[in-house]
Amino acid sequence: MPIQVLMPALSPTMTEGKLAKWLKSEGDKVSSGDAIAEIETDKATMEMEAAEDGLLGRILVPAGAENIAVNTPIALLLGEGEASTALDGAMEGHIPSTAPVRAEAPTSLMPAPKAAPTAPEEREHAGATRRMTVREALRDAMAEEMRRDPAVFLMGEEVGQYQGAYKVSQGLLDEFGPERIIDTPITESGFAGLGVGASFAGLKPIVEFMTFNFSMQAIDHVINSAAKTLYMGGGQLGSPIVFRGPNGAAARVGAQHSQCFASWYAHVPGLKVVAPYSGADAKGLLKAAIRDPNPVVFLEHELLYGQSFDVPEDPEWVVPLGKAKIERAGRDVTICAFSRMVHVALEAAESLAREGIEAEVINLRTIRPLDVETLVASVKRTNRVVTVEEGWPVAGIGSEIAALMMEHAFDWLDAPVGRVAGADVPMPYAANLERLALPQPDTVVAACKAVCYRK
Amino acid sequence: MAIRPRRAKVDVASPSASPEALLGHYRDMLLIRRFEEKAGQLYGMGLIAGFCHLYIGQEAVVVGMQAAIGGGDSVITSYRDHGHMLACGMDPKGVMAELTGRAGGYSKGKGGSMHMFSREKNFYGGHGIVGAQVPLGTGLAFAHKYRKDGGVCLAYLGDGAVNQGQVYESFNMAALWKLPLIVIVENNKYGMGTSVERASASTELYRRGEAYGIPGRPVDGMDVLAVKAAGDEAVAHARSGKGPFVLEMKTYRYRGHSMSDPAKYRSKEEVSRMRSEHDPIDQLRRKLETEGIADEARFKDIDREVKAIVTEAAEFAQTSPEPDPAELWTDILLPA
Ligand SMILES: Cc1ncc(C[n+]2csc(CCOP(=O)(O)OP(=O)(O)O)c2C)c(N)n1
Ligand SMILES: [Mg+2]
Repeated sequence: MPIQVLMPALSPTMTEGKLAKWLKSEGDKVSSGDAIAEIETDKATMEMEAAEDGLLGRILVPAGAENIAVNTPIALLLGEGEASTALDGAMEGHIPSTAPVRAEAPTSLMPAPKAAPTAPEEREHAGATRRMTVREALRDAMAEEMRRDPAVFLMGEEVGQYQGAYKVSQGLLDEFGPERIIDTPITESGFAGLGVGASFAGLKPIVEFMTFNFSMQAIDHVINSAAKTLYMGGGQLGSPIVFRGPNGAAARVGAQHSQCFASWYAHVPGLKVVAPYSGADAKGLLKAAIRDPNPVVFLEHELLYGQSFDVPEDPEWVVPLGKAKIERAGRDVTICAFSRMVHVALEAAESLAREGIEAEVINLRTIRPLDVETLVASVKRTNRVVTVEEGWPVAGIGSEIAALMMEHAFDWLDAPVGRVAGADVPMPYAANLERLALPQPDTVVAACKAVCYRK
Repeated sequence: MAIRPRRAKVDVASPSASPEALLGHYRDMLLIRRFEEKAGQLYGMGLIAGFCHLYIGQEAVVVGMQAAIGGGDSVITSYRDHGHMLACGMDPKGVMAELTGRAGGYSKGKGGSMHMFSREKNFYGGHGIVGAQVPLGTGLAFAHKYRKDGGVCLAYLGDGAVNQGQVYESFNMAALWKLPLIVIVENNKYGMGTSVERASASTELYRRGEAYGIPGRPVDGMDVLAVKAAGDEAVAHARSGKGPFVLEMKTYRYRGHSMSDPAKYRSKEEVSRMRSEHDPIDQLRRKLETEGIADEARFKDIDREVKAIVTEAAEFAQTSPEPDPAELWTDILLPA
């Protein structure tokens, strides 16, 4: 049976083309790989190569013919020892099938499965606690997890001998040695990529960014290498890694060193994004992040490192990712915030209380996946929401929450969702301008009064 | 004071491969060649889409390097990865079915030509961002060292990728920590349409590790035995704890950069000269003939065997169903 030579698709977008020129004539011998014709596509003129050995038996589409659809037979090739009489009738039937076996696929966007927007269970902690700073809580989380699992290691700039640029890894080098507490050169893209590669091999790296501002050097590895590989590999290979470090507004360091990345990373499927507020959050969530088999972006806050809280001592105690916490109950308005803004929200709630408005303050703790269940339940009680974040307003976490409230709690809202965000400007240096650029308790109070229609 | 190039000592003890090993190399290279030709054909039929970077012409590099490593070693490369996967022993059916985007593909049809992985064969992809596989590979080497498992990592990159900054971040860390990393620069003379001369201030790419004290060496990447010999030396170096090694494979891709490349940046004569004078498969075939290791009938047998494997792969790739729509939502996160 002669082989049909088909009009090839020579670019990702080509559906038809012009047969510009035959480079072989009927009767010529061709070997696989020989250029046999020139085809003009929508983009360029390209040579078409023979895929099989044989004799060019018959040309079916003459040179110069235009608009030849991809997969139209353009010539017949005779196999070794095949007589030319076989050419007649070669075109009957026997068009190679190219239509793929279609799975029952809807052609439009397929909605996400409805299952489980419910938040995970959280165990109430009843055991002993100890007063410590957020800085110490983070260090203890890492130390406990490193004792528990030899695959866990910490790497980053100044994490070892210097004891951490912000002293978060204090004492770890002494306990675990330089093989597991690794001082890196200043090479974010390199060590983030190295960490992801090590996680592919089953290690559990904690990669510290001195601050998240510098994670932009490495964002390609966070997103393209860590977040997407599980999906791209059909589940073959995951990346159990934690990227952590201080995020958000620091004090008086100017625009390049003072910025919130929550919304950037929260955009990415395949990542989890966590932003603790208290010492207990910091310890319990970091332990959960290290144990999690997925890449976790763990956003700390420099201005919280020195704050003290009561922190559970039990090394098996963790805070599940994806679970928000009601920090203060109230019936009049829900304020949701994360990281240091929880503190601002709590201060605002105190002054609102003095004016007879009882605010419920929700500490989101995990930004992705968001605990929609807790948010919606709260809004069903208060009927009003204000979001607070340090980041910019455009496509921010507040925008996402506003959309979610519309989708899940529209009928319970008595006012449009209020958003408080960082000013839509690069962070200024001057003390007065910096203060104006960041949400303050009084801005939150004003936003809450607005959604309560109170003066 | 002039900088003296730190060239690794070249150990030219003539490589004494057994006839079986030579025939194995021949078969493996031919399998890649025929597989890629078939992929090109399926692309022409519209069964494969998007970016599809063929490896035709460069077969000796992966086949020679693979012969230099063992089962516990890891491999990582760029998007021009079909040859690497076949050399690692991955199933041609699963690779071809991934190219056609079917459920039977290595990534269930969700990765495509540039993104396949095999934990079983220690193949870690398949990466589409030029240069990104180098720090990732450095991480695999780091894991070998961390676990003290004696393994090495082969990280392949192109002559274009060698100008990415993260490559040098990796060189520095790999040398600093003496990681068992072998960096294989597949210099096929072009990064897309840009020749090495137009992209690289220094075109001796094997010397790119010098600033970090990493030994390097140029290799005739069209000669599978030269590749194997260089690979043996580099692997021995890395495995013995001396740190990374750079191999620059002088090679050539016959086809365009990807399927839609009209290849205007080089002459037809250049391509046909490489094909007729340096083809890695023809060269080995001549050696096998002159040394009386294989005759016409033996080559025919190998041809038939390879063709059958490729035909079976192509059939599987066309009959395997498209992924179930529900797969859209799987493999995003692992259960915690
Ligand atoms: C970071 C990045 N920049 C650009 C591209 C687009 N691109 C894909 S392949 C390629 C050329 C790479 O050439 P080389 O490293 O020599 O590898 P070869 O294709 O020759 O194997 C370019 C520019 C990319 N994928 N990633
Ligand atoms: Mg190249």
